[in-house]
Amino acid sequence: MYSYTDFDAAFVAERNRQFRAQVARRIDGSLTEDEFKPFRLMNGVYLQLHAYMLRVAIPYGTLRAEQMEMLAHLAETWDKGYGHFTTRQNIQYNWPTLGDIPEMLDALASVEMHAIQTSGNTIRNVTADHFAGAAADEIADPRPVAELIRQWSTDHPEFQALPRKFKVAVTGAQADRAVIRAHDIGLRLHEQNGDLGAEVIVGGGLGRTPMIGKTIADHVSLDDLPAYLEAVVSVWNLLGRRDNKYKARIKITVHEHGIDEIRARVEDRFALIRPTFTGAHMDLYEEIRAQFAPPGFRNAPTDAFDTAYAADPVFRAWADTNLSAHKAPGYAIAQISLKAHGATPGDASAEQMRVMARIARAYGHDELRISHEQNVVLPHVHKSDLPEIHAILKAHGLATANIGLISDIIACPGMDYCALATARSIPIAQQIATRFDELKLEHDVGDLKIKISGCINACGHHHVGHIGILGLDRAGVENYQVTLGGDHTETLALGDRTGPGFSAEEIVPAIERIVTAYLNHRENAEESFLQAYRRLGMEPFKQALYGDAAKRSQAA
Amino acid sequence: MPIIVRDDGFHAPDAAPFLDLPSDTDPATLDPGTAAHIRVAFPSSADGRGFTLARILRLKGFTGTLRAAGHVLADQYAMARRAGFDEVEIDDALAARQPEPQWLARADWRAHDYQSRLRG
Repeated sequence: MYSYTDFDAAFVAERNRQFRAQVARRIDGSLTEDEFKPFRLMNGVYLQLHAYMLRVAIPYGTLRAEQMEMLAHLAETWDKGYGHFTTRQNIQYNWPTLGDIPEMLDALASVEMHAIQTSGNTIRNVTADHFAGAAADEIADPRPVAELIRQWSTDHPEFQALPRKFKVAVTGAQADRAVIRAHDIGLRLHEQNGDLGAEVIVGGGLGRTPMIGKTIADHVSLDDLPAYLEAVVSVWNLLGRRDNKYKARIKITVHEHGIDEIRARVEDRFALIRPTFTGAHMDLYEEIRAQFAPPGFRNAPTDAFDTAYAADPVFRAWADTNLSAHKAPGYAIAQISLKAHGATPGDASAEQMRVMARIARAYGHDELRISHEQNVVLPHVHKSDLPEIHAILKAHGLATANIGLISDIIACPGMDYCALATARSIPIAQQIATRFDELKLEHDVGDLKIKISGCINACGHHHVGHIGILGLDRAGVENYQVTLGGDHTETLALGDRTGPGFSAEEIVPAIERIVTAYLNHRENAEESFLQAYRRLGMEPFKQALYGDAAKRSQAA
Repeated sequence: MPIIVRDDGFHAPDAAPFLDLPSDTDPATLDPGTAAHIRVAFPSSADGRGFTLARILRLKGFTGTLRAAGHVLADQYAMARRAGFDEVEIDDALAARQPEPQWLARADWRAHDYQSRLRG
């Protein structure tokens, strides 16, 4: 794992000192609220419905135990005892006061964390595959590249007042667990003739105008990558629209100018920028990479796992849903679900954070990850330790066996917290999870991703949910539109709208009708919801949702 | 009267002629030989195009005076200097609200700079 250099530590300390002064100058009137806003945003401070919100970066989703413990400390000391993990591998605190935030930032700095560029029109926290360094299907570890990008983008003088926010995601595996084609820039690391580099994808994004990113370069060598990224952002900084914030993201720039014109401009700019990188970046990369050396995996029997798996059905159900293949023999990747039925997706109490930190320290090589699906990952656990880990998790309400199932829902904060929201998301997620738990159907239904957003900005990734739910405001009444067939993986696809939306009371029964239709129409238990939808199309689901009413309105 | 901000604080404007570039200048038209002194407009502190224009001018070999003029905040002084500007021009009202010490506090723009680490 990466530890701060003296430079990093001094940078964060100075930045915190500056922000403390900016807060003071806002209070004494040197800065107007309009002028202060970009500075608070680039330090992770939002003004939400009820209070200020602090969004803390968890770069590429990676945490040490002591860092998770500090997140617990913040929750207890300056918030209401919990935090909310987001789809961008950040954690949000919803109830701090502005005056407390400089103290919170200093506390974070003591464990090498910050909230820099987690909001505002800047290059945001870089996200990555949450199984990085552990996944059996990995080609290259995305974390060293992500850390290099973190350093390059931090306080970049050209890119602190961009047309809009800019998000970068990195993966180095065959499967895409970082939704790279839905980012402003997505990087897929791969080797070409022994040269490590990245496929560069540009112009993806969800929001009100969802777009799937396009490949701008098949292979950019690592050596060229910082200059190439700088060229892309530099071209967009001048070309991106500033007349309409809804058309400012690079996806619109790429759409309006075409990928070929953007590529030509980027190549010209790259030629100008490339000579300014004379090799120091590669020395830095090697120093970073050395810090991500794999932990000392132990070679031990897995009998304890096999015994518990055979004897304990609760452990078996958890192991079947929450474990993934690790590259080291005898090891597994374990996911801790933050989606207990009826709970707020992504929320963790301070006590739960401490428990997860303790497990990571005792059994998990001191590593934790936050997934974009709002769960916590123990990336390196020996299988023989899993029965004990499961017992501890169970004692703290953290052993929900539902990863990838219908109750493992991504939901944005929605109208319960967010100033932009047009509808509630969290209660809908809670009701769906509770309902399918009552029906005892979710293991039978299998792989089914529901993603819920409380407004068209799509923080809940509804476009790429197998079932997507979008909450809107129709004349003061919440109305939920449904999309089917979205896909968040390497075969990224946007869902299709079923038809008219549903009220808050109707939406859970509507989802139940969709799932029932799937169970009735699937060829066998092996055919997933997405596969069935791709084979069957919209019709049987439309019929299940709207019945004869759909036909009547077509006839009329 | 406008005020010129440099690393050592506030100065009165001099009489040198500046070529004015708006923030929406097409980068293809940037010519480093066109003038000895260039002034890039910042219509708003949220409009960061001027930083990239300055950078491109420097990368193309412009060695004359480069000035950022308009709604530039003290907090942005380090960014302006790192992007290639020599100085910033602000009006009286902004200078009154953001007096000299706030600009001098950011005059150490060479410190804590990730870009110089990456570029050696």
